[in-house]
Amino acid sequence: MNQIPNSLRAGPDANGHFGAYGGRFVAETLMPLVLSLEQAYEAAKKDPAFHEELSGLLTHYVGRESPLYFAERLTAHLGGPKIYLKREDLNHTGAHKINNCLGQILLARRMGKTRIIAETGAGQHGVATATVAARFGLPCTIYMGEVDIERQKPNVFRMRLLGAEVRSVSSGSRTLKDATNEALRDWVANVHDTFYIIGSVVGPHPYPAMVRDFQTVIGNETRAQMLDREKRLPDLVVACVGGGSNAAGMFHPFLDDTGVEIHGVEAAGDGVDTPRHAATLSKGSPGVLHGARSYLLQDGDGQILEAHSISAGLDYPGIGPEHSWLKDMGRVKYYSVTDQEALDGFMLLSKLEGIIPALEPAHAIAHVCKVAGQMKKDDIIAICLSGRGDKDIFSVAEKLGEKL
Amino acid sequence: MSRLSAKFAALKKEGRAAFVPFITAGDPDMETSFAILEKLPSCGADIIELGMPFTDPMADGPAVQASSVRALKSGATLAKVLKMVEKFRKADKTTPIVLMGYYNTVHAHGTARFAKDVAAAGVDGLIVVDLPIEEDEVLRVPAHAQGVDLIRFVTPTTDDARLKRIVADASGYLYYVSVAGVTGTKSVPEDEVRAAMARVRAVTDLPCTVGFGIRTQEQAAAIALLADGVVVGSAIVGQVAANLNAGKDKVIAEVLDLTRALAGSTHAARHGKVPA
Repeated sequence: MNQIPNSLRAGPDANGHFGAYGGRFVAETLMPLVLSLEQAYEAAKKDPAFHEELSGLLTHYVGRESPLYFAERLTAHLGGPKIYLKREDLNHTGAHKINNCLGQILLARRMGKTRIIAETGAGQHGVATATVAARFGLPCTIYMGEVDIERQKPNVFRMRLLGAEVRSVSSGSRTLKDATNEALRDWVANVHDTFYIIGSVVGPHPYPAMVRDFQTVIGNETRAQMLDREKRLPDLVVACVGGGSNAAGMFHPFLDDTGVEIHGVEAAGDGVDTPRHAATLSKGSPGVLHGARSYLLQDGDGQILEAHSISAGLDYPGIGPEHSWLKDMGRVKYYSVTDQEALDGFMLLSKLEGIIPALEPAHAIAHVCKVAGQMKKDDIIAICLSGRGDKDIFSVAEKLGEKL
Repeated sequence: MSRLSAKFAALKKEGRAAFVPFITAGDPDMETSFAILEKLPSCGADIIELGMPFTDPMADGPAVQASSVRALKSGATLAKVLKMVEKFRKADKTTPIVLMGYYNTVHAHGTARFAKDVAAAGVDGLIVVDLPIEEDEVLRVPAHAQGVDLIRFVTPTTDDARLKRIVADASGYLYYVSVAGVTGTKSVPEDEVRAAMARVRAVTDLPCTVGFGIRTQEQAAAIALLADGVVVGSAIVGQVAANLNAGKDKVIAEVLDLTRALAGSTHAARHGKVPA
């Protein structure tokens, strides 16, 4: 099945499986849609006009390429390896999510779909979706859990400013998982005209592969920029993992570079040994949710457990199937970082580099703080700084006991 | 002959459609839902769809979601659901029971073990909402080996080529989803169902039931003229929600009253006529 022998970059297979993970576990009503999406995506991939349009938008609308920034003071502070930050926070809308949304809305247009829906956790994907929907003049509905609406107010307002309708989801844990359920319900009821822009490398095939492909621009740029600056590849590549889209995009171009170690960082919430965490790979087990087989937080009866993280973007009990596959084969090592550690990383980067990171990549920063000491001084680390932290100032202030 | 085949053969002889109520096992608690289950056949249920509660029922509307939440809150587990079927089967040897739910429940139990355990409990068929034909072999094969049918869906988005693939490995019966959407939110479109039944009958002799969007006696009667079975779920579990405050006896009485009414309309609809 693999076209390139001995490559970890050839997956998934024709049915969307990454080893034992992935697939298409959706209701029969959605299957024809999922299959036609796959066909449309395969056709678009082969069409130079599609790539040209996407690349033009990434340059002139998003502001790519994003810088690979040498974090001099963080490097000095940790006293170890050279740390580079891939500045996805400088993209239009403030996170990596826009890379994927542009790709998908171009596809929606090719398929003749006239209405856009999406789910969102932190609101970054919702904002990015509302943005591209505005840019292309398509009506847009965003599903968001009640809890997330409360903790991500600035993004809710942004989405509304952009003309999107934000629908509050009050079922289940009232976070990203439940917003995803609701978006799936909308999709199945509006299959004729609606395109569902999934925000992460989750969902039924072809979404995990397609979203990864649209995000791979992150890793491709990082690899080229690193070769240009340092004349070599990094020793360690790090990204935070919720559903896992910024990580998938950052990691993918490095998967076959055996000298590059890769770490994904999950949210440990209050700690992985407490019930309040979102460390799906560290503490979960394989199951099927939202269209794919992957690691899940679940009980012995297959009921989905509620995830917890200070970061709304990581607060999800599942993870992209490709990450499950990469974990099992050991190519990527997955670690976890607590709310408190992430908060410390957030503060540290703000004060040392003048960059307020989103709470999601603050987990990656915190992880690097832990492992830098074990590395050599001339080693190089590349961290995906997937988004900016403006949206998080309210939650951080609350944690610090300050009123804004 | 399986209980499902025997039931559909008998219904054909009588010239009537099956009435298929759906309830969620454990809603609002195991005891009450068993009290409902054991009386469903005497109220006119020909086949029973028994829901396995799941935390994230993506294909269901608000009524069935709420019913799943109630069941889980009351402590429903797969083991208890199977015990309930076992108890039912001791007294009722003929009414087929079809378990309906989501794949993670099956997956967590292990597909082979699941097939064995449901067969042992007396289950006749399985409906797994998020297990399309591309992925269903892993359950279909072990289930068949145990004499349990995996019921496949046909929907308004199923084209003719796909329909042929669906019926190729189907057994028991087919379930036609009458509306593109979640359960219990839109009304069944009769003309589309008529056309769909014609398409289905052109490619298979398997019986075909229709569900999603049937709430009233009129709708049940109309669909009974077109299909081999009429499935009602949201309206029935809605009776659980509506009467919870009035006590469990009231819940049982109202659910059974509605079942009786809908079954009556379903059974009377054809007056012995077999649809063309």
